[in-house]
Amino acid sequence: MASPPRSRRSLAQRCLTPKAEIPRGIALSTGVGVWVLVIALWMLACYGGLANPIFLPSPDQVIGAAVRLAGDGRLGRDVWASVQVILLGFAVSSLFAVPVGLLMGTFGLVRAAVEPLTNFIRYLPVTSFVPLFILWIGIGLQERVTVIVFGTFFQQLVMIADVSRNVSGDLLNASYTLGANRRDAVLHVLGPASLPGVLDTLRVTMGWAWTYLVVAELVAASSGLGYISMQGLRGFQVDQIFMAIAIIGILGLITDQIFSLLRRWLAPWAA
Amino acid sequence: MRETTIALTDRAPSPVGGAAPLGPPLLRIDRVSLRYDLPKGQSVLALDTVSIDVTGGEFAVIVGPSGCGKSSLLYLVAGLVEPSDGDIFLQGEAVRGPGAARGMVFQAYTLFPWLTVWENVEFGLRRRRMPAAERRPRVAHYLDEVGLTQFAEAYPKQLSGGMMQRVAIARALANDPQVLLMDEPFGALDSQTRLSMQKLLLRVWEHNHKTVLFVTHDIDEAILLGDRVLVMSPRPGRIQESIAVNLPRPRTLAMVMEPEFIAIKRQIVGLLHGVGEEEE
Repeated sequence: MASPPRSRRSLAQRCLTPKAEIPRGIALSTGVGVWVLVIALWMLACYGGLANPIFLPSPDQVIGAAVRLAGDGRLGRDVWASVQVILLGFAVSSLFAVPVGLLMGTFGLVRAAVEPLTNFIRYLPVTSFVPLFILWIGIGLQERVTVIVFGTFFQQLVMIADVSRNVSGDLLNASYTLGANRRDAVLHVLGPASLPGVLDTLRVTMGWAWTYLVVAELVAASSGLGYISMQGLRGFQVDQIFMAIAIIGILGLITDQIFSLLRRWLAPWAA
Repeated sequence: MRETTIALTDRAPSPVGGAAPLGPPLLRIDRVSLRYDLPKGQSVLALDTVSIDVTGGEFAVIVGPSGCGKSSLLYLVAGLVEPSDGDIFLQGEAVRGPGAARGMVFQAYTLFPWLTVWENVEFGLRRRRMPAAERRPRVAHYLDEVGLTQFAEAYPKQLSGGMMQRVAIARALANDPQVLLMDEPFGALDSQTRLSMQKLLLRVWEHNHKTVLFVTHDIDEAILLGDRVLVMSPRPGRIQESIAVNLPRPRTLAMVMEPEFIAIKRQIVGLLHGVGEEEE
């Protein structure tokens, strides 16, 4: 193991200095430590008899629920149902939000057309539209996809418009003095310059998409992680609710890591 | 000195200013004014009927106090800003918008962060679809000129400020503009780096004698680099005086100690600050 560069300041001093870098090992072990602590407290509450098992299942019960549901194939089915809906909804939303958002931040005319409407819609709580969507579309896959699209699209639009609006005008000017035309400026300056910001936006809005997914599944669905959770409530199987929450968390963590890798791979030049 | 200031508002049949250029002007800035609109219907006059003729191969430097509109003047020549009045001609053709014929090095760092050093220098060549076989030797040549061959594969974030400006110079030169506009390119650098950049620019210029219009607030820099120094007044910017710098070339940093250099400096300081002219 390579030893970190020696610092004249003690470790305690370094950890207390605002914005100072801390050793990687310390960062990692602190992160793991907090997880261990949370699980230990949970175990203490369950096995120490501090909590009513009807409301707080123990870790082994939650794992048991996962094994039980995985055994009869329901878990796989429900996870896949959720993943399918979220990927579809998120893809549809991003497919339109990224180009329109970039154009919105780039061309005043597009912004003038789209922004007022967007700013009206994006303050409407998506949840209030769920009954309407059920009425219009039913309770199938399309309805849940619609909820996700409706929830993420307008947020993405505004955030991505900001990304392209914040591209430095100096870069555009430099490209013009090098002979770039307007098309070049959009394709070879605004596009690449916006890429890291767009990926960041997608990463953040993916988190929100999970929220809307569960909202949609809690209200009306016959499969998915939100549905399992709801079943758990009806059957008073708290372990099943916990399991659904844990799986959503894990899937969220995985998608977040994917976006983080994607950013490092597609935009290694960005800070 | 004040009284001898030449009125530059006339359209001069002979070249404007003190220098005696050898041919017809490559670049003519013809009675250009720039007015900025402010809210409430007011406006500010940034440039007041400025006329400058720059001959091919000349290194012309504009020096002036901050806020005098000297940078705006370069943006006008680049075609990035439109004048409120007057015209700018490059080889007799009126400037309408930006283009590759007027390359520019900016004060701010304007390298494209997603491109490597090599790709940055290549940017303009790619835009005009130059074949790779032609691009390669050109990029290599200009990277060598600015001493950054070893950093060809680096990204801008890995470079120091001085190195980034060297790439920006190589990028502008590789594109072979008819005029190179330089807007305080060393303004953000520390004084040591600035000196070495001046040296580098002098050396590069000796190799190609590109027509340069250079803006700075640094008087030493102006005299050291320029064939001619145009002194601007505070806002609204006007050309107060055009001073020929007859120091021999190739120039060296040591020339700042020479009597002629100091005499020119005294004259410019006098124009800019109204002092230093009493003994003359």
